[in-house]
Amino acid sequence: MKPELQPRRVTGPDGQEFEVDPLRDYYCEAPPAVHPPAYLKIIEDLFNWARAESIWILGFGTGCGAIEMRPLMTPRFDAYRYGIQWRPTPRQANLFVISGYLSVKTLKRVIRSYEQMQNPKYVVGLGSCTINGGMYWDSYNTIKRLDDYLPVDVYIAGCMPRPESLLHGFMELKRIIRAGQAEGANDYARNFAWYKDNQKRVIHDWDMPDYNW
Amino acid sequence: MHDLYDRLKTRFPLGDWIARRPDLAFVDVPLAQLRSVLLHLRDQEGFTHLVLLTAVDWIETGEFQLTYLLCNRRRACDLGLRARIARDPASMESIHDLWPTAATYQRELREMFGIDFPGSPRLHEDFILEGWREIPPYRRDFDTLAYARETYRERPGRVTRDPAAYMQQQLDPGGH
Repeated sequence: MKPELQPRRVTGPDGQEFEVDPLRDYYCEAPPAVHPPAYLKIIEDLFNWARAESIWILGFGTGCGAIEMRPLMTPRFDAYRYGIQWRPTPRQANLFVISGYLSVKTLKRVIRSYEQMQNPKYVVGLGSCTINGGMYWDSYNTIKRLDDYLPVDVYIAGCMPRPESLLHGFMELKRIIRAGQAEGANDYARNFAWYKDNQKRVIHDWDMPDYNW
Repeated sequence: MHDLYDRLKTRFPLGDWIARRPDLAFVDVPLAQLRSVLLHLRDQEGFTHLVLLTAVDWIETGEFQLTYLLCNRRRACDLGLRARIARDPASMESIHDLWPTAATYQRELREMFGIDFPGSPRLHEDFILEGWREIPPYRRDFDTLAYARETYRERPGRVTRDPAAYMQQQLDPGGH
């Protein structure tokens, strides 16, 4: 466990001494909960329409595939016209694009960021590496199946996929969201123990809380 | 660049001069002389930039070969000094006092090859691998494929084809 996560006594700027237990004070102890649909189907459909039209991507390029995001967000392909935009922090985003290969070190940061995102949230796996390891299939340090560690809604195949295929993937994601089938966050909550088990099997130095909300 | 070799040769016992390009050469240096050669090159010959420090695992002879690649910016040429150290236990004198950047390379070599550099700053902090439990992954006796197979679950359906044979079959299915 990291030193900053250990319980300790700290002195505040006003000279007051107090106990801090970061795991209890700074993080949510409760595991993630399943988010039930709205009370009426028509309301839930309205929500889903709104969600599909405001896909906010976390600006976190995990691998080389992130290079395809630049033409996508700039005027040539201009994803903003579809209501897709990039946000700087996990709390403001609802779509995590895993852009390419994912090393174990990055996976740890991805899990932390994913868990901090607001529900409902979606994951898109970009490129062959997230599907079966791609060209890193025999690497000692990259995962092969993203869906073992995070619930994935859409995979976009290719190495790299062009911005056009990314746009197609986002359209597909929109279709899934509007059909009410993008249940990734709920799957994560339902199978939390299974995901954590898989994550801890590859991340040997687990020095963070089990749930990073 | 060969005039440099002639000048160095009068001062230090050196191995053969291997010129790869007009502006790139390698030379073997005895371990005991390495530091003084590095200092001489840096202060007298204008090789002020340490481009990289890397290792090769010669498992057959039980040695690591360290390559110190230096750059002379004024003359726009590179010189690689190669020294061999024992593989087990692998330990080498640190040169972070000559070039501070060397500390980062040494951290990497410690993690990837298991070469110890006593006195190098932050040497034992995790660099790229976190929580690594096996032998260092760049050592040639580390079986990367077996490790990847047992650690990361595969998705069934992956096929590997020989590119030449596959294209032949695609372009000419009958084999004419």
